Amino acid sequence: MLKIGRYQFQSRLFLGTGKFSSLEVQREAVEASEADVLTFAIRRLDVFNPDQPNFLEKLDLKRFTLLPNTAGATTAEEAVRIARLAKASNLCDMIKVEVIADPKTLLPDPIATLEATRILVEEGFTVLPYTSDDPVIARKLWEAGAHAIMPGGAPIGSGQGLLNPMYLRYIIEESPVPVIIDAGIGSPADVVQAMELGADGVLLNTAVSQADDPVKMAEAMKWAVKAGRLGFEAGRIPKRTTASASSPQTGLVK
Amino acid sequence: MKTIQLNGQPYEVEKHIDTIGDLLEHFHLGERIVIVEHNRRVLSKEDHKATPLRAGDVVEIVHFVGGG
Repeated sequence: MLKIGRYQFQSRLFLGTGKFSSLEVQREAVEASEADVLTFAIRRLDVFNPDQPNFLEKLDLKRFTLLPNTAGATTAEEAVRIARLAKASNLCDMIKVEVIADPKTLLPDPIATLEATRILVEEGFTVLPYTSDDPVIARKLWEAGAHAIMPGGAPIGSGQGLLNPMYLRYIIEESPVPVIIDAGIGSPADVVQAMELGADGVLLNTAVSQADDPVKMAEAMKWAVKAGRLGFEAGRIPKRTTASASSPQTGLVK
Repeated sequence: MKTIQLNGQPYEVEKHIDTIGDLLEHFHLGERIVIVEHNRRVLSKEDHKATPLRAGDVVEIVHFVGGG
């Protein structure tokens, strides 16, 4: 059971809802992932074409917890504005704070992220900031009252996996709130690695939505999260530099 | 007619559209999951019908879309 603020989730897999080829594929992928938390973005509605299909409006909103993001924000002020818009839907009070500083790397602006986190915690949101793998910023975020920390494994959408597992481990070991590895995941192996490091969950999107078979990949990610978590809880053996026979060394048939 | 700023563009609305609630009905959005910001103030759903719409108002109508 994963607890974030006042929320509890069965699944440790958070799924993004961007860049799916069709709403049907998306629906099946969400189903296969067994995710409880789905992320969304907030954008202007095309009021002249209001009947374009909308995934959220087809969802059973009792089954899922929505995690809107503040993507598109480049300042703390913009992030706070988007968060307030999302909350006014009365559908959620969780917010993924995402303030992007650089269009090439999509790395977050740590100072604006911290500022927005402070304001939104104060306003009663359940705040999950997307941050870099910097353990010092992560600490400042949970000190500011963030309900979970979401460090990126690698740049958003890059599929590079965990570029700095050591720093992620520092964040995980120190954080009193859940750590969700968000962004950069490319494959189930990356998910297992994150979970074996002790992450409380992963948030991924492109790795599923852009896979050759998104539905199958969603299922693979579900199992990877479970396998990695079980492995972490079970406690792996230390790595050795010499072999150690698995079979008895006595009673050999000669 | 009166002109408002709607989602970043000037838009001409009929005079009888007096409230934000009327504007949403005009676009057939009354039953949809949309959020409205009126002159930089985020409105709760309950406020839509009681919020007057005047010439020069700045209105944003937003919704949830796929995102990570």
